[in-house]
Amino acid sequence: MGAVLDNLDVLVEGFTATLSLTFLAAVGALLLGTLIAAMRVSPVPPLRLLGTLYVQSVRNTPLTVVFFLVVFGLPEVDVIVSFYRFAVIALTLYTAAFVAEAVRSGINSVASGQAEASRSVGMTFSQTLRLVVLPQAFANIVPPLASIFIALLKNTSIAYAFGVFEGTQAMNRLINDNGSDVIAIIASAALGYLVLALLSAAVFSRLERAVRPAG
Amino acid sequence: MSESVLYDVQGPKARRRVLIGSVLGAVLGAGLLLLAVQRLAANEQFAAELYTPFFTEPDLYRRLGTGLRNTLKAAAYALVLALVLGTVLAFGRLSARAWLRMPAVAVIEFFRGVPLLLLILFFFLAFPLAFGIDLPPLYALVFGLTLYNGAVIAEIIRAGVQSLPRGQTEAASAVGLSRGQTLRLVLLPQAVRIMLPALISQLVVLLKDTSLGFVIGFEELLRIGGQAVQVLDNPIQLYVLIALIYITINLMLSRLAGYLEGRQRRTYGDAAPAQGVESGLGQAGPTP
Repeated sequence: MGAVLDNLDVLVEGFTATLSLTFLAAVGALLLGTLIAAMRVSPVPPLRLLGTLYVQSVRNTPLTVVFFLVVFGLPEVDVIVSFYRFAVIALTLYTAAFVAEAVRSGINSVASGQAEASRSVGMTFSQTLRLVVLPQAFANIVPPLASIFIALLKNTSIAYAFGVFEGTQAMNRLINDNGSDVIAIIASAALGYLVLALLSAAVFSRLERAVRPAG
Repeated sequence: MSESVLYDVQGPKARRRVLIGSVLGAVLGAGLLLLAVQRLAANEQFAAELYTPFFTEPDLYRRLGTGLRNTLKAAAYALVLALVLGTVLAFGRLSARAWLRMPAVAVIEFFRGVPLLLLILFFFLAFPLAFGIDLPPLYALVFGLTLYNGAVIAEIIRAGVQSLPRGQTEAASAVGLSRGQTLRLVLLPQAVRIMLPALISQLVVLLKDTSLGFVIGFEELLRIGGQAVQVLDNPIQLYVLIALIYITINLMLSRLAGYLEGRQRRTYGDAAPAQGVESGLGQAGPTP
């Protein structure tokens, strides 16, 4: 237990990085995922095809393989950034596929009368989607988005294998220095993830209540 | 093309716009493709020696085959153990006795909330250091996968049991079955059929997660691929091949799940629980 208390600053620093990885990738995935979902419901066949291909292939690829392709593939085409940024890119690309599926199911969950009403007042497809359907869709999909982002939080631990300093890496560093306290160190790292997950869940449930339509 | 409520049946003007959009979309797709090709070409990623190993090195496929076998082996062991653990936890979770239910809830929530990698590292790092037991990487991977997937499967079973009509439980207790007997003899056999699609989706997640074995040096498909890259020096080509192998297997599994779900829907109507999007999320998933 002593090793954990003595090195609390290392763990805190690690989990701060975990949180920032999660946040950046969540924002990226939300943007990319919404774009892909819009492509999948658009009237333009090539866009629909592109969106479907993306979602199907990324969903069925392990995140670790996405990491390998980003970390070792991008440098081959002269895209060289820090491992931290590679991790954000890989997590964004992977999570976007799941966000896209959630947004699409949210779009499908909006009553068809809403879209019909928008069309009957003369709105175009993009107006219907932007002004009427998507705002309601997002209000409906806060719970699935919450589980996607909590999964993302846990997935950031894979960045550890690529030398990014985050929660799991901090844990590993402590274990290397204090082998005898290994159980306490792993337990405290687990606690770190649980606390962050519970905090995110609380934020999202507050958000869900805030956006829930009246009545 | 199916009717969409998001846009009108297209008249001549809209058709023209869609055509323009299609062309622009195709141009965008082609542009992205061209950019990728150009970047790849500028870095000599089309050099023949990056591709010839796929045709001239039978050894490569022998190694990848070994990796794939190890991947499937780890997934199969973990699936069996997770089903056992999941059933036990589900029995605890559904028990009427609080002293059984509370610990089951705590265990399920803990293993679902912690990154899978942490569980694997626990078996891999903590066992030798704390207990002096050296677990081979396969065991560390399988045990980690078992704990996480067992917790998820317990929740799938619970959802399946609770989706059954209440009359089933009432009828069972009316003929004098105990609660345990009701669960074992009446509810579980019916729930298994309902939850089969969700279980198969979880199997996809599990299969993807076996690739975490590379972190602890287990020679599964991805790690063998990494070793091959060190010799052949063609990361893009080889990792794309690895991704395609995973995609092929997982698409077949997803198709099986979709088929089973469709069959259920025809048999039971819409009573069958819809699968949430998060059910496929995985990789240390929320699912995952």
